[in-house]
Amino acid sequence: MISTMVAARVSPSRVGAVMNRNVGALRSGPSYWLVLLSGFFEPVLYLLSIGIGVGALVGDLTLPSGRVVEYAVFVAPAMLAVSAMSGALSETTFNFFFKMKYSKTFDAILATPVKPFEIALGELAWAMVRSSVYTIAFLMVMVALGLTSPGWALAALPATLLVGLAFGGVGMAISTLMRGWQDFDMLTTGQFALFLFSGTFSPVQDYPVAMEIVVWLTPLYHAVELVRGLAIGELSWGLLGNAAYLLVMMALGLTFAARRIQRTLCV
Amino acid sequence: MPEQPLIHARALVKRFGDFTAVDGIDLDVAPGEAFGFLGPNGAGKSSTMRMISCVSMPTSGELRILGMDPVREGPKIRARLGVCPQLDNLDPDLSVRENLTTYARYFGLSKAESRRRADELLEFAQLQDKAGSQVEPLSGGMKRRLTIARSLVNEPDLVLLDEPTTGLDPQARHLLWERLFRLKQRGTTLVLTTHYMDEAEQLCDRLVVMDGGRIVAEGSPRSLIQTYSTPEVVELRFADGVDYAGKLEGIGRVDPLPDRILLYADDGDAAVSEVHRRGLTPSSVLVRRSSLEDVFLQLTGRTLVD
Repeated sequence: MISTMVAARVSPSRVGAVMNRNVGALRSGPSYWLVLLSGFFEPVLYLLSIGIGVGALVGDLTLPSGRVVEYAVFVAPAMLAVSAMSGALSETTFNFFFKMKYSKTFDAILATPVKPFEIALGELAWAMVRSSVYTIAFLMVMVALGLTSPGWALAALPATLLVGLAFGGVGMAISTLMRGWQDFDMLTTGQFALFLFSGTFSPVQDYPVAMEIVVWLTPLYHAVELVRGLAIGELSWGLLGNAAYLLVMMALGLTFAARRIQRTLCV
Repeated sequence: MPEQPLIHARALVKRFGDFTAVDGIDLDVAPGEAFGFLGPNGAGKSSTMRMISCVSMPTSGELRILGMDPVREGPKIRARLGVCPQLDNLDPDLSVRENLTTYARYFGLSKAESRRRADELLEFAQLQDKAGSQVEPLSGGMKRRLTIARSLVNEPDLVLLDEPTTGLDPQARHLLWERLFRLKQRGTTLVLTTHYMDEAEQLCDRLVVMDGGRIVAEGSPRSLIQTYSTPEVVELRFADGVDYAGKLEGIGRVDPLPDRILLYADDGDAAVSEVHRRGLTPSSVLVRRSSLEDVFLQLTGRTLVD
């Protein structure tokens, strides 16, 4: 990753300029802010309805370590990981695709010294702003509801950043392959399936073995494991494996996206 | 020693799969020149421009821009180019002014410098009143002026304009020409593509005529007209649809088009007298100066704008 960046001679000021463009676009009107707001509330509503509402019926849950926690404590970190994911994905899918395919924003940028990899980095950095706004707000909700401590919330924050980077990278990669808006239905469905079956609402250990293996391969599972481990203070070596999965995902996503920008727009 | 050309191409080729868009062209553009590519749609003008702007890589052949190799030094070259693409790709999420300041940042200019240049260019493009407006409501001419202003934000050595006035009304075109002429007077090197002969005549010191990916003629507008045409052209229309081409033989070179007959002559009025003397009665007669359109017709057998 680092060596790729050095080889490509990435200029921080050009990456910053790509980000700066998106800051400017924020001022274009209230519609963006509405989308921003709704994206934050979605996981909060799930936390309240399922984590706390359904949680009242479910009762307590025994973790693999033997520790017993309220159901909401188990669900909340998963929703935190989901908000990091959806914050990053919403920027790097719909918005990225529009800039690449319809408004020709990237074509205009590529006529300047900015390189495809710098566009990808700038877009990812911007997606992280949105992702972080969601996760920081969500962490405050969790602390307020007593679902984590301020200390573990701080420990979970870098993990949510990594989740955002990983999904943001892959989101861009997917966007470069999209043919039109209709393809986004598949993405939305895929995202929802991940949301339901990544150990979000029930421990993966309770799934049939075949299903457990499938889940083990998918990204949100690793995001949830990592974020949950830190948010509730259940540390294990396995978390490093989860983090490594997400790091690789980010690197592959970024590299693939940059290459596709080059292949599609520089012809 | 002659000055190093800003653009130097030898046997330049661009292929897309089986399709050859640019089929081995040679070019040299000197500093300060206004150079044009004239040709119909599909002649390879835009593909050539995209290679010159270091966005698209040549399939084969030699290409040097500002003395550098586009494959290895793309960003360094693009830092000194101004590119105005065929289709406006202004940023719809930004205001007119922000379109300029944001673009300046891609070139690594500071915030303050970006603002200073944006103000200058808004004036140049006569868009001061629209500075805060979004891009969408602007007229075609205004958008075009903004795109050109944007291409100047890095004070480029070489400005590339791909069909700068296509789709604009005559008034907007003249305003744009006047702005481009001003750039030219400042010594900026301009390279433009067009399928309008009047545009090429107005703006270009030198031009190449392209057809089917190749250069079919090269020279100044005047020299091309002298070489490939006659000083004057008579356009004749006949109401009854009879083939008159044969009856005009000997007056000058005759070119029958679907809707009219062109008669190339050194002296247009004399040619018209001869037409009348032969007892022919065209429904309309127009004597005009010869243009690049005639050059193109002579070279390719087709008109420029279908």
